[in-house]
Amino acid sequence: MTDLQPDLRQRPSDDRQATALPIDLTARELARWSWRQLTSMRTALVLLLLLALAAIPGSVIPQENIDSLAVSQWRDDHPRLAPIWDRLDLFSVYGSVWFAAIYILLMISLVGCIIPRLFVYYRAMRAKPPKAPRHLSRLPESTSYTTDEDPGAVLARAALVMKGRRFRVDYVEDESDAVAAERGYLREAGNLVFHLAVIVVLVGVAAGSLFGYKGGVILLNGTDYGFSNNLTQYDDFAPGALFDPDVMEPFSFSITDFDVDWLTEGKRAGMAREFVAKLDYTTEPGGEDKTYDLKVNHPLSIGGTDVFLIGHGYAPVITIRDGEGEVAKSGPVVFLPTNAQTFESFGVVKAPFAKPGQIGLEGAFYPTFAMGRDADGNLTMPASVFGEALDPLLSMSLWTGDLGLQDGSASSVYVLDKADATQVMKPNGQPFRMDLRPGETATLPDGLGTVTFDGLQRWNKIQVSRSPGSLVALSGVVVALLGLLGSLFVRPRRMWVRARRQDDGTTLVEVARLDRSSGGDPEDGAAELGDVVAALHEETGVKTDSNRKDES
Amino acid sequence: MTDAQWEVFSYEAVIGAAVLYFLAMLAYFFELASLRTASKEVETVSVGADGGGASHAVAVDQEPAPSRRSEVAGRLGLVLTVFAVAVHFVALVARGLAADPNRVPWGNMYEFTISGTFVVALIFVLATLRIDIEWLGPLVTTFVVAALMAAFLGLDDAVLPLPDALNSPWLVIHVVSAVISTGAFTLGALLSGLYLVKSRSSATTGYLARVPEPKVLDRLSYRMHAFGFPVWTFAVLITGPIWAHQAWGAYWNWDPKEVWAFITWVVYAAYLHARATAGWRGRNAAILALVGAATLWFNFIGINFFSSSSQHSYAEGAAPEMSVVLRLAGPVEVAQEVGVVVGADHARA
Repeated sequence: MTDLQPDLRQRPSDDRQATALPIDLTARELARWSWRQLTSMRTALVLLLLLALAAIPGSVIPQENIDSLAVSQWRDDHPRLAPIWDRLDLFSVYGSVWFAAIYILLMISLVGCIIPRLFVYYRAMRAKPPKAPRHLSRLPESTSYTTDEDPGAVLARAALVMKGRRFRVDYVEDESDAVAAERGYLREAGNLVFHLAVIVVLVGVAAGSLFGYKGGVILLNGTDYGFSNNLTQYDDFAPGALFDPDVMEPFSFSITDFDVDWLTEGKRAGMAREFVAKLDYTTEPGGEDKTYDLKVNHPLSIGGTDVFLIGHGYAPVITIRDGEGEVAKSGPVVFLPTNAQTFESFGVVKAPFAKPGQIGLEGAFYPTFAMGRDADGNLTMPASVFGEALDPLLSMSLWTGDLGLQDGSASSVYVLDKADATQVMKPNGQPFRMDLRPGETATLPDGLGTVTFDGLQRWNKIQVSRSPGSLVALSGVVVALLGLLGSLFVRPRRMWVRARRQDDGTTLVEVARLDRSSGGDPEDGAAELGDVVAALHEETGVKTDSNRKDES
Repeated sequence: MTDAQWEVFSYEAVIGAAVLYFLAMLAYFFELASLRTASKEVETVSVGADGGGASHAVAVDQEPAPSRRSEVAGRLGLVLTVFAVAVHFVALVARGLAADPNRVPWGNMYEFTISGTFVVALIFVLATLRIDIEWLGPLVTTFVVAALMAAFLGLDDAVLPLPDALNSPWLVIHVVSAVISTGAFTLGALLSGLYLVKSRSSATTGYLARVPEPKVLDRLSYRMHAFGFPVWTFAVLITGPIWAHQAWGAYWNWDPKEVWAFITWVVYAAYLHARATAGWRGRNAAILALVGAATLWFNFIGINFFSSSSQHSYAEGAAPEMSVVLRLAGPVEVAQEVGVVVGADHARA
């Protein structure tokens, strides 16, 4: 960009400068100065870069709300660093005070920069194009020619030409000595729209995290098991700070069937695909029964709430009869996968009311059981080799004593409380273990009873989420993108045509152009200048003296 | 043809394209070499050579008349590049046909790389039609040859069926916009790098003398970024969240890939602002452009290799076990959400 006409080149307050600190400061001046600093472009730039920098730790250090398991592992591995990290909020970077400080400052800076520019733009929209500079030929893009026409006629035609080229034109017949024209106002409009839309996006995102909720539930397959959308039914539930349970849509559903396609050949053998959970659902109690094939990438939307299929697993059906022959526990037990590929799973069964002693089982489920072998062919650990239940095996160890369920305190169904329990051993001192295939029954030692592996059930992990404002955020981004396109590709420019009678009786016509965009192409500018001059020429044989300079 | 034949055909086409790019690169290098000797001749023999062949309008006054030899070599380089792009395109189509069911050819890192380099080369070829940018040929062909070789040696992966979460129309829209903007940003970074080198150099011979003045480089780089930025915005902030919402149940998850895409977006936003700010335009803006490209490529390569928690790691060939069921396995997640540390006291055997 040239420095020829800095005053003309400057875009309205686009380039607000941080200024030096005044020497004699009153409180008011300090405030004014600070505000100017904050809303200057340079500060905005630094804040943007800070935001980028501040986002990095969250992608390197495990985050509490993304992978809390990794966080607890990290804590175990780094016992000395963890408290420091905790104090710095490094396990929840994106919710931390310092991250918020950066983006809030950035938003204030943005608002402080945009609001004044709105007024500037409003005035510019109402103002006439600026008057022609005295020396048009000094502008970087200019040309001139002489003609015998009357200056007034040239100017009148120039005004028409510029209007025809959709410029805003300032020309008063018989008064003006030049035509001033400007177009490309949409650039600044796009700029303003973009920045305002960013605020809209933030509002939408904030609404989602304040008023929305996200919950998960593990639901067994079959019409015997259902879910209805209220707080008590969730396994985990993360409401926003201002969440109101009354907004929860009263739908309910059950999973009638779950299909999955396991690849048995190719390089991705073992991968599961095409998960389909068939849902029976009603949108309100007593409402019409509907069905839906819930798949990955195909959530079910009910009102403002979405239902997603996000996981699956096995629930072995287990019956425990106690030492007196009574059924102490019977039904499917959810086992949680510990391996995402082979679906080797871990689970716990508790029968606290069994007599003579409480029965607690803990162990693994292998959908396709195989013994691992080391390099020498010796048997090593048992394992699952495939996710589909081709040769299911349940392998459990036994605990008795006090399972900690009678004192009324809450306990996880996925954890066996072993504090007051003892593991049952075989006579040889090894832990007692039962390996069951479907239909098999194991007799427990010490007259505790029997355990039967009746069969397999499946479960699905369903996520339900409501994020109000997501449409606001989405429209905000779309509008921002449109504004961005305007601010990047609309090319604001001014043109002037001046015609003057010279001493020799001919008329000198000067045409100049000023490109005000930052990516302007000199070739395009020259083309436009040439087009305008060509349109001004009506008669042939006009002497043209082009002195259009390259941008220098 | 069978899928396997298509796959082999695609490999052959990629190799063919790489060879053509390599030949184009040699032609460009030859052009530069003959330029250098020509300018030496001009210096030593006669000073009065006028820039008669004004085919390179931009830097005509700095440049000695290009000899016929170098002109032919330059033309040959461009023609070879055009052929290479055509063969490259065939390779992409064949790759898509090799999959069962047929799909877009950007399901893993190898495929993303061959698609991305195709876009870089295509933008370059299209740009030569409109603007004088042929002098970028040596850099573009060198970059594409290097990236294709890296893809072939380091990232190669068989044609695999897509996991469920990837099986969506958004794969086309989201990834194609990411590929296009990556191509544009890469070209922009090449130009910004050239800008930094050129503005420090006063070379009158060699490649840098052939490159237009820094101002032109800056403007071209800006135009690449101005094209890439809205496309990147579309990829990262519109289609990404929509797809994430459908596949994972939340439109923004602070997944490492998302974080770095956001970082890239912020850095390029800073670049665009820097070009409008006194004291930042020029050198600092060019540095920001290079930082942006670094975050972009780190996101593509680094995150896939180093971050195991990214749900985007399906694009990785090295650790297929992560790619198996994506979110739909979520054992760890299920466990963590119900508050268990799975396997912590897992008495087995």
